[in-house]
Amino acid sequence: MLEYAFVGTRRYYTLLAVLATLAAVGFLVYLKQLSFGLGITGMSRDVSWGFYIAQFTYLVGVAASAVMVVLPYYLHDYKAFGRVTILGEFLAVAAVTMCLLFIIVDLGRPDRLFNLIKYPTPNSVLFWDMIVLNGYLFLNIICGWLVLEAERNQVPPPKWLKPLILLSIPWAPSIHTVTAFLYAGLPGRGYWLTAIMAPRFLSSAFASGPALLILLALLVRRFTQFDPGREQIQTLAKIVTYAILVNVFFFFCELFTVFYSRIPEHMDHFYYLFYGLQGKGWLVPWMWFSIVGMCIAALLMVSPKIRQNETTLALTCGLIIITTYIDKGLGLISGGFVPNPLHQVNEYMPTVPEILITLGVWATGFLILTILYKVAVSVKEEIRA
Amino acid sequence: MGINRRDFLKLAGLLGLGGKAAFELVLPGEVEAAVAKTQAAGTRWALVVDMRKLTDKVAARCIEACHTLHNVPNYLEPPDPKLALSEDLKNRWQIKWIWTDVYEHAFVGFEQDHQWEKLQGMNFLLLCNHCDNPPCVRVCPTQATYRRPDGIVMMDMHRCIGCRFCMAGCPYAARSFNWRDPRPYIPKINPDYPTREIGVVEKCLLCEERLAQGQQPACVEASGGALIFGNLNEENSPVRAALRAHYTIRRKPYLGTNPQVYYIV
Repeated sequence: MLEYAFVGTRRYYTLLAVLATLAAVGFLVYLKQLSFGLGITGMSRDVSWGFYIAQFTYLVGVAASAVMVVLPYYLHDYKAFGRVTILGEFLAVAAVTMCLLFIIVDLGRPDRLFNLIKYPTPNSVLFWDMIVLNGYLFLNIICGWLVLEAERNQVPPPKWLKPLILLSIPWAPSIHTVTAFLYAGLPGRGYWLTAIMAPRFLSSAFASGPALLILLALLVRRFTQFDPGREQIQTLAKIVTYAILVNVFFFFCELFTVFYSRIPEHMDHFYYLFYGLQGKGWLVPWMWFSIVGMCIAALLMVSPKIRQNETTLALTCGLIIITTYIDKGLGLISGGFVPNPLHQVNEYMPTVPEILITLGVWATGFLILTILYKVAVSVKEEIRA
Repeated sequence: MGINRRDFLKLAGLLGLGGKAAFELVLPGEVEAAVAKTQAAGTRWALVVDMRKLTDKVAARCIEACHTLHNVPNYLEPPDPKLALSEDLKNRWQIKWIWTDVYEHAFVGFEQDHQWEKLQGMNFLLLCNHCDNPPCVRVCPTQATYRRPDGIVMMDMHRCIGCRFCMAGCPYAARSFNWRDPRPYIPKINPDYPTREIGVVEKCLLCEERLAQGQQPACVEASGGALIFGNLNEENSPVRAALRAHYTIRRKPYLGTNPQVYYIV
């Protein structure tokens, strides 16, 4: 089936070339990071995780959200999603690959990566994260590829695949839960020390992931002969609506506990993010845009008119992707580290090399996504013809 | 229905590995703590800082002694003026094994609107607390940081993968990362102690190399009596005597890490 990846239009090859160039630029800057050290990033003694780990966290959510198309199809026998499960699974493959790459570029000593396996340490959440992420990648590659192959050959997929598909369903929320536990169990970090972190992660994932899938489905329809289907997109839109509403609700639950209890160690991080602390707060406008935008998007999605019009739906989905990205990709990590345990405010801002490496990883992910989608779409086109 | 001893043992054997792993996640450190209790007869190092004797000058001497001995780079005042860094980079890259900070930072949440005036801006000597229940050890994915039976929280800089989970875990900001090659910034390299490479985490190891030779930690030796060091498990040790005779405070004791650096104020 892979042969489909090598025959395409000029536009397909141009896209591949652009993504490959960005990936190559990122790789060259990464070589610089390898020789100089992580000092070329904006990270510091106080904000010791930054942009890389933030992208990782966001993308785990995108990966986990594939379950939102797999579950209705396989557990509820919702036939319509049969057309789009492959898009969800391949999106998950690309997203998990990016997650793993972001972890690697964030390591101070990537040459010692395999110490994770040589000295397995069950009391570290990172150990479990490694297991669930790699497991999820494996499950999605196997399930996605074999189901697609069976579809192409017009035969039912192998019987032994069913248990793996069913396993991938609970596995999806597990990857984002474990990722939340990386943060939610640290005693000195008031912003992260909250039981609602994993639920919040999941709700924002199940909003932003399917929202991205809707945009991808619209793109696929526009640029290929394969139509993922209006009903499918509308069902995804309903999923996004519920998830974003729950996400906003969870955010206000968090705000209530933090501000009604008035415990400074929990409040100060919110003050930093939404008002600035000790005269510093470059994230303030971003955070307000994120939460106000998220609330507006949630209200817009409730309206059937806006949801059913694919143009307004696409715009609202775009808003959801951007606002949840700011919340997780900018606020979560910086907000947790500022103020530091000594109540000093040392802000973090990503540097140009850091952003180039980040873009390189995203480009690599989208390169994989483009190739996988090309294969999937070609198979679907062939079946139709 | 009941279960006989034989079946129970079989089941326990089957659950063995998974059971230990689950236990580790829900009650981290409990297994180790239970083992440590049975070894209570041994040594448990602790440090008492007598703030009545710790002037800024004494504190500077302690820091100097430690950082010179352990090849800690000086990003604030590089040995070669050509290597001078911007304020931003100094702040970001700084490596601290032992350092000072004011009361309001060292004891966040303890400050009062009206308080003993001497506390205002009083500089406390800060270092790794060598916690009994260290979050850094709990989160390390490779056991590159681990707790010795004598209480020292150790670092294996040859195993560390530089994930910096321990830095996120430490509630005292006691850990530093090598954001770049530190060697050009070491004023005078001490050949008897290793220098570090790019990309690993480091911190105070309570001079384990000196303890092995029966010497006191370098900061204690340089403090002229302001720092008291000894074995908590020994009733007549200087630390036990100091803790018996004085009211002492610790940093963030409510987090349950059981820090082992005490302050007489």
